[in-house]
Amino acid sequence: MKHLLSINDVSADQIQEIFATAADMHDVQRREVKKLPALRGRTVVNMFFEDSTRTRSSFEIAGKWLSADVINISAKGSSASKGESLRDTVLTVCAMGVDGLVIRHPASGAAQQVSEWVDAVVINAGDGMHEHPTQALLDAYTLQRRLGSLEGKHVALIGDLTHSRVFRSNVLCLTKLGAHVTVVAPPTLMPSGIGPWSKDAGFSTSYDIDDVLPDVDAVMMLRVQKERMSGGFFPSAREYTVGYGLTRDRLKLLKPDAPICHPGPMNRGLEIAADAADAAQSVVLEQVSSGLAIRMAVLYHLLAGEES
Amino acid sequence: MTNNQAGPRIVLDPGDIARALTRIAHEILERNKGATDLVLLGLHTRGVPLAHRIAERIQSVEGVAVAVGELDVTMYRDDLRKQPTRRAHKTAIPPGGIDDKIVVLVDDVLFSGRTIRAALDALADLGRPSAVRLAVLVDRGHRELPIRADHVGKNLPSARSERVSVRLAECDDSDEVTIS
Repeated sequence: MKHLLSINDVSADQIQEIFATAADMHDVQRREVKKLPALRGRTVVNMFFEDSTRTRSSFEIAGKWLSADVINISAKGSSASKGESLRDTVLTVCAMGVDGLVIRHPASGAAQQVSEWVDAVVINAGDGMHEHPTQALLDAYTLQRRLGSLEGKHVALIGDLTHSRVFRSNVLCLTKLGAHVTVVAPPTLMPSGIGPWSKDAGFSTSYDIDDVLPDVDAVMMLRVQKERMSGGFFPSAREYTVGYGLTRDRLKLLKPDAPICHPGPMNRGLEIAADAADAAQSVVLEQVSSGLAIRMAVLYHLLAGEES
Repeated sequence: MTNNQAGPRIVLDPGDIARALTRIAHEILERNKGATDLVLLGLHTRGVPLAHRIAERIQSVEGVAVAVGELDVTMYRDDLRKQPTRRAHKTAIPPGGIDDKIVVLVDDVLFSGRTIRAALDALADLGRPSAVRLAVLVDRGHRELPIRADHVGKNLPSARSERVSVRLAECDDSDEVTIS
């Protein structure tokens, strides 16, 4: 595989290979000299056309710990504000001899487009509402570390599904690894056309969070994305929390050791109560350190060797 | 030694390998004047079971348990760019670390010396041993770098084109060193 644009680009075996490499990379975080020479001399550019804390810093540290030269370009400081097109922007950057391009863009399909324009290896760090493959990999990796094999495990994804690329990548990744997924959302945030897709892909949908929670082995809460919504999808934030939030009471419905995930950033009190976010079962911070290990593994697998 | 015209020639049989490892264990103890501060690090893949076997022998001679670990040098190879990405293995440093210790690297075959150079680079990122020594089961010559082993099981002059294979019970079906 040359690029990582979607979870569909990797097979279940390749995913387990990435997980195995990530486990080794985890150890680097604990060393005194946090450096591996594997990507020495490679140049990686992080092009983020949307805000990000976790993903961008994660990719930056991952590249630097592998000894790559990493540059961050954000839309705000770039000539995109002067009206330069995405195509010109990436061609300009890649004309400088860049080996890897990590791209986050508000348009679905942007990463695929970019991969067709440039020679560099392209990694999708989130394209519109389409996919966020490294997030799905780190979520599945975190759950596998906690639960053992994901084969046959029941995982719930709850929240604003319509606008979530994390949901799409996660459904693909978790089902590929043999887990059973149930997605929960209010009717207004359940993507249209999900019926046939869920039948084909083998996951379930539900509008009833209280019905689903007691049965699951792990739960993933998705952020209610205020910045994407222009229509009124729910009457008020309070109504959303009452109907679909992981409140203190709903915490009691969960199995006691079922991990609680959240890709971040969290709206504490909206989709997830502070009690749940800080509970012993919460793996939110583990997801972050897993994210770093996974991204190191992905960069290593795509950039260290010769193209096969 | 058996000559097999149809296939590879056996240069070390299980008995030879066992005796060589016993001698290597004694040499290590002799050079180090005991087992103090010794850390054996096996290089993946077959260096690891060899390191464990040497540690067992040291334990039975000196009565002390020696720290044993594993070192993966994949990320430090100088030919990383020239081959498809290799899967790395685990690096497990014993709890006492390697600072101020006598580290003995253990590998099955010493050939060009590039793996050992990579191992020295890997060690530099992990700590500062007071000394680093090298024990190998087979030294087949053809060094491309100024690297030498302190303890050698068997010196095996070979042609570059020949293939030296080490099989160990822990990874393969039996103990054997062949050349073909």
